[in-house]
Amino acid sequence: MYRYDDFDHRFIDERVAQYRDQVRRRLAGQLTEDEFRPLRLMNGLYLQLHAYMLRIAIPYGMLDSTKLRKLAHITRKYDRGYGHFTTRQNLQLHWIKLEDTPDILAELASVEMHAIQTSGNSFRNTTTDPFAGVAADELEDPRPYAEIIRQWATLHPEFSFLPRKFKIAVSASKEDRAAVKMHDLGLYLHKNEAGEVGFEVLAGGGLGRTPLLAQTIRNFVPRRDLLSYIEACLRVYNQYGRRDNLYKSRIKILVQSLGAKKYAEEVEAEWQASDREAVALPETYVAEMQSAFTLPQYDRSPIDEAALQKAIAGNTAFARWVKHNVHPHKVAGHAVVTISLKEVGKTGGDCSAEQMELAADLADELSFGEVRVAYEQNLVLPHVRRDKLFTLWQRLDAAGLGSSNINLITDIICCPGMDYCSLATARSIPVAQRIAKHMAAKEDAIGNFNIKISGCINACGHHHLGHIGILGVDKNGEEVYQITLGGDAGNDAAIGTIAGPSVKSEEVPAAIDRLVEAYMKLRQEGERFPETYRRVGQAPFKEALYASR
Amino acid sequence: MLLAEDGTLGVDDWHHLSDDEPIPASGAITVSFARWQTAESTLHARADKLGLRLPNTIAPQEIAGDVSRFALIVLSFPKFTDGRAYSQARLLRTRFGYKGELRAEGEVLRDQLMFMKRVGINSFVVGERAIKENWANAFSEFDVFYQQAPDGRPWVMRQRLGPRNTP
Repeated sequence: MYRYDDFDHRFIDERVAQYRDQVRRRLAGQLTEDEFRPLRLMNGLYLQLHAYMLRIAIPYGMLDSTKLRKLAHITRKYDRGYGHFTTRQNLQLHWIKLEDTPDILAELASVEMHAIQTSGNSFRNTTTDPFAGVAADELEDPRPYAEIIRQWATLHPEFSFLPRKFKIAVSASKEDRAAVKMHDLGLYLHKNEAGEVGFEVLAGGGLGRTPLLAQTIRNFVPRRDLLSYIEACLRVYNQYGRRDNLYKSRIKILVQSLGAKKYAEEVEAEWQASDREAVALPETYVAEMQSAFTLPQYDRSPIDEAALQKAIAGNTAFARWVKHNVHPHKVAGHAVVTISLKEVGKTGGDCSAEQMELAADLADELSFGEVRVAYEQNLVLPHVRRDKLFTLWQRLDAAGLGSSNINLITDIICCPGMDYCSLATARSIPVAQRIAKHMAAKEDAIGNFNIKISGCINACGHHHLGHIGILGVDKNGEEVYQITLGGDAGNDAAIGTIAGPSVKSEEVPAAIDRLVEAYMKLRQEGERFPETYRRVGQAPFKEALYASR
Repeated sequence: MLLAEDGTLGVDDWHHLSDDEPIPASGAITVSFARWQTAESTLHARADKLGLRLPNTIAPQEIAGDVSRFALIVLSFPKFTDGRAYSQARLLRTRFGYKGELRAEGEVLRDQLMFMKRVGINSFVVGERAIKENWANAFSEFDVFYQQAPDGRPWVMRQRLGPRNTP
């Protein structure tokens, strides 16, 4: 895990001091709310329905037990004893007082954390694979590059007032677990024929009211030139991106209106004209960054695999958990474990201070102190010996963290919706809870299935990419839900299509059930919903969805 | 009122010529980009200092060959959220070698000053608040920077790599 050096510590302290002074000026009336808004937003502080919301950055989802305990402490001292993990691998606290925020940022700084640029029209948290560094299908660890980008993007003098927010994701494995194609800028790490590392660069992805997938604008940018190329992408966007309409100012609209080819040409010309050497990444620097992400010293003594298999055979609940929440690790005898934050009936992504502390303890005992946040709003313990799985499961289960539903239909991605958010047009959490309750009994029979729910068109719940997506809208004062079908994240990313008229709130679970039943009847061996949908088309699903009308 | 990058306050002694005003024979003036395009030769024949008011919709490439003629380029921030002029400034300073005064005008707020200074802007049109609230402090809030920028301040990657790797 990356550790701050003297520069980073000095910087973060300067940032806290600067923010403390900004809050002082606001409280003294020297800054109007209009003037203060962009300043607080650059530190992740939103004003929501009931209180301030603070979004704490978790760079590329990496935590350790010290950081997690600090987060638990902060939720207890300054909030209501829980936090909400988001689809950008961040943590949101929803009941914050403005006067407390400088102290909270100081507490975060003490464990090398911050809330810089978790909002505002600049670079947001760079995200990556939650299995980075331990995934068996990985070409190289993407985190050193994510950290290089994080630092370079922090208070960037040229790009802190972009037309709109800007999100970057990096993936370095065969399977894209970072939903790269829904990002403003996506990076796929490749090796060329000479064995050199570089990046395929995609631009113009994003959800919101105009969902678009990012398109490749360059097949290979040598890693030495990574920053100069990203700068060229941003400079073209900063110059030509629309600023007249909030909903048309993301880079996706620029790429769409110019066409990816023309945008790529503009970037290329800008890049060729720029001084690449000024920001070139020397091999020694990349190596230094890589050395911050080495694997721990694993205990490689033999695993009693027979005992594990016996435990699996003797306990169906544990067997389910192993099946759904335990993933292959590149080091023999080890596993990557996902801790589900999607207990049926609870708010997905929410985590209490006690649960954070338990996860921190378990990380210390069983995972070299490391914890990750996945964009699916779950936690990950990346280095667990297989002979510790049973103990781990028992302790998680006792704390309400034993749900065995990763990638199943109850593992729903859901934004906070109208229960918290001032942008929302409908509630999303209660809908997710009712769907989960309704579908839980047959989730194993259904298999891999992603439902994603957003409480407004801004699509924080990624509904466009759900196998079934649900969008809450306000129709003459009533909350109704629009259903999209066939979306998919990852390598085969697809934007779902709207099925037809919206569904009333109370009818949503049964409607989802009918869609799933239709899928189970129609699917061929090994087919996930989007594949069946692409093969058979919309008609049978539309029929199932509106059967009761 | 003008705030300089060293924190001192001064007055603006330039005359900012409107497009329907005749070009005076002498005195330091700034002209709009449109005026510059139509009256370039007249302006060039004058002995006194010339400045250009560059809208943030004009790419600096458009004046790439002319930058040495200007003693002042005024960049526009119609709203503080409109950050196009940051790119203009950076390009003028680095790619097109502009050495004269680069001035920020429009919605110039205290907490944007540091970013502006870093991209090479060295004077700022500000109001009375700048004195009352001691805006000069804004320039010294940070001494750690993560980006190479026209102000030439040391930046972290190069600092970590050490002097041998300084380009």
